[in-house]
Amino acid sequence: MKEYQPHPDLPPPVSQVGVLGWFRRNLFSSPLNSLLTVVALYLLYLSVPPVIEWAFIKASWVGSDRSACTAGGACWVFIEARFGQFIYGFYPPDQWWRVNLGALLLVAALIWLMLPRLPAKRWVGVFVLLIYPFLAFALFHGGVAGLPVVRTTQWGGLMLTLILSSVGIVAALPFGILLALGRRSKMPIVRALCVAFIELWRGVPLITVLFMASVMLPLFMPEGADVDKLMRALIGIALFQSAYIAEVVRGGLQAIPRGQQEAAESLGLNYWKLMALVILPQALKLVIPGLVTTFIELFKDTTLVSIIGLFDLLGIVQSAFTDPKWLGFALEGFVFAGALYWLFCFGMSRYSMHLERRFDTGHKR
Amino acid sequence: MSSPSKDPLAPARPNWMSNPRVRALIFQALVLAAVFALLGYIFHNTVSNLEQRGITTGFGFLDREAGFGIIQSLIPYTPASTYGRTFLVGLVNTLLVSALGIVLATLLGLIIGIARLSKNWLIARLAAIYIETFRNIPLLLQVLFWYFAVLQALPSPRQSLSIGEWAFLNIRGVYLPEPVPGQGFGWVVLALAIAVALVIWLRRWAHRRQLRTGQPFHTIYVSAGLLLGLPAVVFLFLGMPLTWSLPSLHGFNFTGGITMIPELTALLVALTIYTASSIAEIVRSGILAVSHGQTEAAYSLGLNPGNTTRLVVLPQALRVIVPPLTSQYLNLVKNSSLATAIGYPDLVNVFAGTTLNQTGQAVVIIGMTMGVYLTLSLLISLFMNWYNQRVALIER
Repeated sequence: MKEYQPHPDLPPPVSQVGVLGWFRRNLFSSPLNSLLTVVALYLLYLSVPPVIEWAFIKASWVGSDRSACTAGGACWVFIEARFGQFIYGFYPPDQWWRVNLGALLLVAALIWLMLPRLPAKRWVGVFVLLIYPFLAFALFHGGVAGLPVVRTTQWGGLMLTLILSSVGIVAALPFGILLALGRRSKMPIVRALCVAFIELWRGVPLITVLFMASVMLPLFMPEGADVDKLMRALIGIALFQSAYIAEVVRGGLQAIPRGQQEAAESLGLNYWKLMALVILPQALKLVIPGLVTTFIELFKDTTLVSIIGLFDLLGIVQSAFTDPKWLGFALEGFVFAGALYWLFCFGMSRYSMHLERRFDTGHKR
Repeated sequence: MSSPSKDPLAPARPNWMSNPRVRALIFQALVLAAVFALLGYIFHNTVSNLEQRGITTGFGFLDREAGFGIIQSLIPYTPASTYGRTFLVGLVNTLLVSALGIVLATLLGLIIGIARLSKNWLIARLAAIYIETFRNIPLLLQVLFWYFAVLQALPSPRQSLSIGEWAFLNIRGVYLPEPVPGQGFGWVVLALAIAVALVIWLRRWAHRRQLRTGQPFHTIYVSAGLLLGLPAVVFLFLGMPLTWSLPSLHGFNFTGGITMIPELTALLVALTIYTASSIAEIVRSGILAVSHGQTEAAYSLGLNPGNTTRLVVLPQALRVIVPPLTSQYLNLVKNSSLATAIGYPDLVNVFAGTTLNQTGQAVVIIGMTMGVYLTLSLLISLFMNWYNQRVALIER
């Protein structure tokens, strides 16, 4: 009897594994796909090399004025020369340390909040939301503790962008939560008022809100009361943003099962205790990714204040390339500002995705 | 035991303050009073401020002569027109850029969204890069970029970039050929209308026949033939009554054809590219939301891929897609107000900008502008909600 000899397995065909297999599967799986690949490669060939040549190979990196820009590519000298302005606006350079210190404090607190392991999150959160804004204002504006006063008209650049967006969200958060609660209230008048408020602000463009804030707010105030230009923009942004936050929070409130409320009621908690101790902590935790998303939108939308004459990052970049000394470097300015905005927004959107994954546990059934 | 009730064993009557209904009433009255007090305070301040500055309110200023020019208007307008007319010009320009933007952004978003799901690795990656790039850069920056960095860097009219003798691109804008209907072109339009009516009737008839006999009918081919053929036959029979007005260079500028001013071009390009990145994500999530089992079930019933997409996947994906798509349309209309930054004469620019500066009628003008956007938002929501109800899942 012939002994059974196991036949060694044949290796898979060369075209199915390794680099070649990968190429076949992912780039040339059908005639149409092959065509698409070729077209895409051609487009990349057309676009990428010139961009790299402009931004890196032929770019000018060192110098102090536009005479250094002779290489034919991008002139990063322009960005270097104006870098301080782009970050701090017209803040006096010898006072920049104050902004840096404020930023450092905030970054430290935020890192504390983001790292899951660190304790006492609640107190750090209270610090960021309730104490830090006043501390930062005192630090940036001065006039206390011997710090020279720097008027808000001198604030600008990335610093102003960050101030506008963070104050906008911090001021809008409590108001937005109240609006969301009001919209889900059983009291018809309160509900109607909240719905009207939310739909009014969500239905109009931010520009008209800012126009309103800058033109009409002085009319609304009693005679003689003068509101700072930055303050007006902040009020407009906070009103606008609170409507969006209200809708996000409402989503979270709707996701909490009714049994939670009934259980809390049966314990004898009144409305505010029920909300503050049982419903809101769960609802807010659910909507943190949504809040981050609205924050990203707000961060991008703060650029609109340059239309009402505040020099945020975009506004100051624009004013820099219309300066006669640096005419013709609009592209460099936009690339720089765009890259900065992109870094912030992309970073935040990744963080919000990370949060979504982290919180994706307890609420799956 | 200070209760005044006679029977010591009777349950204590709760305090009227702890009756939820009474409390709700009192609370609402207080809120209403506070809101009215705030509004009254604002109103009082505004009236006294306006009086002090000698500004009379009301809509009277709308009949006064505007005295400024507008670089683009689809309706007749001269500097001698009234402020009311500037409002209309701005409104029409806003509607124009919004409508064009919605159509183009939907098309581009659809393509990019599908491309991101492509089996082709390179195409999917490129689509992802597109989405992540344009979604994370402020729209205003993109508008300014296209206007100042790209369109301002284009050549002068004499060195225009061109596609044959048909389309030209230069620093003054985009020039496209304009169709000029000749004598009898109305009949071609009429033929098209008849063809559309026939196609609708044909679809109904084919549907009924399939229900009755099970026989499918090639509606697509016949419809295409009707839609293209009928107008074409009429068109040829009448001796092709359509000419094209081509843009051509006379002296320093182009004449003839359709001109898209650079402001409109930059705004439209930015709005399209920015909104398309969000729409692409919506389309992708909509398609991914349809479980793969649905496709497999459809195949196992013997449906071909085309019918599977049309009858099984798309209707389910649309349910997920339509509500967020509505918000994107609303955003696009609102974002068209960024026109102000580059001087495209939209509603905010000519009315809330120039007209406001000239007349000082802040309250009325801002109110009217916000009213227009609120109305537009409402109309789009109404239409899309109606459409959403049509595509929504019908449950018991």
